[in-house]
Amino acid sequence: MKAEIKWTEEVKRVAAKIRLRGFQYVMENNGGYLSQICSSAEMLAYLYIRGMNLGPSTAPMIPEPFKGVPGEGRPYISGADYNGPKGPELDRFIFSPAHYALPLYVALIEAGRMSPEGLAEFNQDGSTVELISAEHSPGAEVTSGSLAQALSVAGGIALARRLKGDSGTTWVMMSDGEFQEGQTWEAVQALANYKLDNIKVIVDVNEQQCDGPMESVMAIGSLEDKLNAFGAYAVDVDGHDIEAFDRLAKTDTGGKPLFILARTNPTQGVELMETKRPTLHYLRFSSQEEKDGFQKAYDAMAKEV
Amino acid sequence: MMEIVSRPHVNNFIEWSKDKPEVVVLTADLSNSCEVGKWRDTYPDRFFPMGMAEQNMMGMAAGMAKEGFTPFIHTFAVFIYRRPYDQLAMSIAYPNLKVRMMGFLPGIVTPGGVTHQAIEDVAIMRATPNMTIFDTGDATEVESVLDLAQAVDGPVYVRFLRGDMPRLFPKDEPMVFNRARVLSEGEDLTILTSSIVTEEALRAVSVLKSRGISVKHLHVSTLKPFTDPTVLGAIKGSKNGVITMENHSIVGGLGSAVSELMAEHAIGKPLIRLGLKDMYAHGASKNYLMKEYELDAISLVKGVEKLLNVSLNITEEDLETVRIEDANSSSKVEAL
Repeated sequence: MKAEIKWTEEVKRVAAKIRLRGFQYVMENNGGYLSQICSSAEMLAYLYIRGMNLGPSTAPMIPEPFKGVPGEGRPYISGADYNGPKGPELDRFIFSPAHYALPLYVALIEAGRMSPEGLAEFNQDGSTVELISAEHSPGAEVTSGSLAQALSVAGGIALARRLKGDSGTTWVMMSDGEFQEGQTWEAVQALANYKLDNIKVIVDVNEQQCDGPMESVMAIGSLEDKLNAFGAYAVDVDGHDIEAFDRLAKTDTGGKPLFILARTNPTQGVELMETKRPTLHYLRFSSQEEKDGFQKAYDAMAKEV
Repeated sequence: MMEIVSRPHVNNFIEWSKDKPEVVVLTADLSNSCEVGKWRDTYPDRFFPMGMAEQNMMGMAAGMAKEGFTPFIHTFAVFIYRRPYDQLAMSIAYPNLKVRMMGFLPGIVTPGGVTHQAIEDVAIMRATPNMTIFDTGDATEVESVLDLAQAVDGPVYVRFLRGDMPRLFPKDEPMVFNRARVLSEGEDLTILTSSIVTEEALRAVSVLKSRGISVKHLHVSTLKPFTDPTVLGAIKGSKNGVITMENHSIVGGLGSAVSELMAEHAIGKPLIRLGLKDMYAHGASKNYLMKEYELDAISLVKGVEKLLNVSLNITEEDLETVRIEDANSSSKVEAL
């Protein structure tokens, strides 16, 4: 029981620090992907601190500069090295929503896998810490910027690992907008068909997309109903309830691929973001006054964390 | 008389895969149409049907390749490079993964019509970084391309033939990576052909030679990379110019590759590109379409007449007498 309390406190602490560091970066950068940080802080903290069975990072604490694209005979850095070595019993992390790169990098820092100085490389020319992650970016194993492709790749990895007798899980993080793409449903169909219960997907269901609320762009209805109808084991949970994630992660799905539908609040922890609705995808300050207001909110958060 | 081989891939692929446990097959509801039905029954644990869902199939293949398997995708060529191109480019080609894409029904070999005819696949695959492209022309190449593909450290696209096909090249002379086959020596002009067109060209060249035309004829089966010194030498050695004839659009395929080579090496000779003239085709028999779109022996003869500015008075009948074999009498009615 004591250990149980310990992990929840640690995950909550890391989530708060992800939110704070992300907020700090967005203020310094005069804008950025703050809503994704607000919505995904708990799930990223849960994955790196509790959910995933990863070995220590084998990558440098300060990310190396970009060395080139993959090709025959060319050296290539894999961002997966930040998630530790590959091993039959170890888990794998496939990060699908590449525009959540900033929350991912911040999570790596707070999980002790990347140096805080690494964030200074974010979106800088010649850096691997790219605005939209590619497979050389810290924490990313797949080049997933063309959304909804990574679930299929993760499916192939999970299928191959089952053939090899690996016991490790292949974790996937997705965003709910990716369920507008047809490929996602092709992938779910295949995961269910091949009974790949060695894959666990956590989805940030924040109901937001680039053009605004999904309801105003292209409503997707109940993901829980649709996924279960496709043969997955999908359950809606409070997207900031780390204990709910853990209960689901430990559930016997009866051979079905698990989808944890983390119904998140895209303004979680930064209530002032409510004033930016309906456009939450990328925070842009419309005036110095507005920026000052966010700075005050940041300062208040910094005192608490 | 040329030997006709029926469905060489069926047993050859089974035999070839025997000692290669890393080889897995992914299909999209066209297993028998791509001659891997028997392979499925022989190696059921290595065979993964993906249903009619090519986008996901590309990603699944990528994931398996990342884990050390070499997926051999078997489906129609159009369903490899058209529908799931983004997946092919981002999930397979960018990470340089060892996925082997066996593209069946290249060009106008099928009566399936425009939806089934891969006429711009070479253009698209040539423009895709990290991709290697092979184009098979007979049974020997269908058999030997597997070793070539498996030796490449990256993605491979193969234009694959099925059904009845001629054995134009001896069984003991397998395909060689990035090396054209020299089928005829001569200096008046150089003819470069690929895929099913080579069989037509062989007939034309034989009659041309009997009329005193000295022809250098090369069969090209590696379309990317395109750095074969044999090809460059043949172009340089031609007195009057070059003709390419391909089972593909004249945009972006063999003809374009040759024109790039000629321009880069400042070879100022005429080039005639025979192929689909920047247009789609329609559903009809292979022989009918080859005639309609000028991919047959008589069309090549006309190209030679144009290039050399001569009239050779060669007729269809002249070409018919040297007909190697009607290799496709059964493929016309073959089911999709």
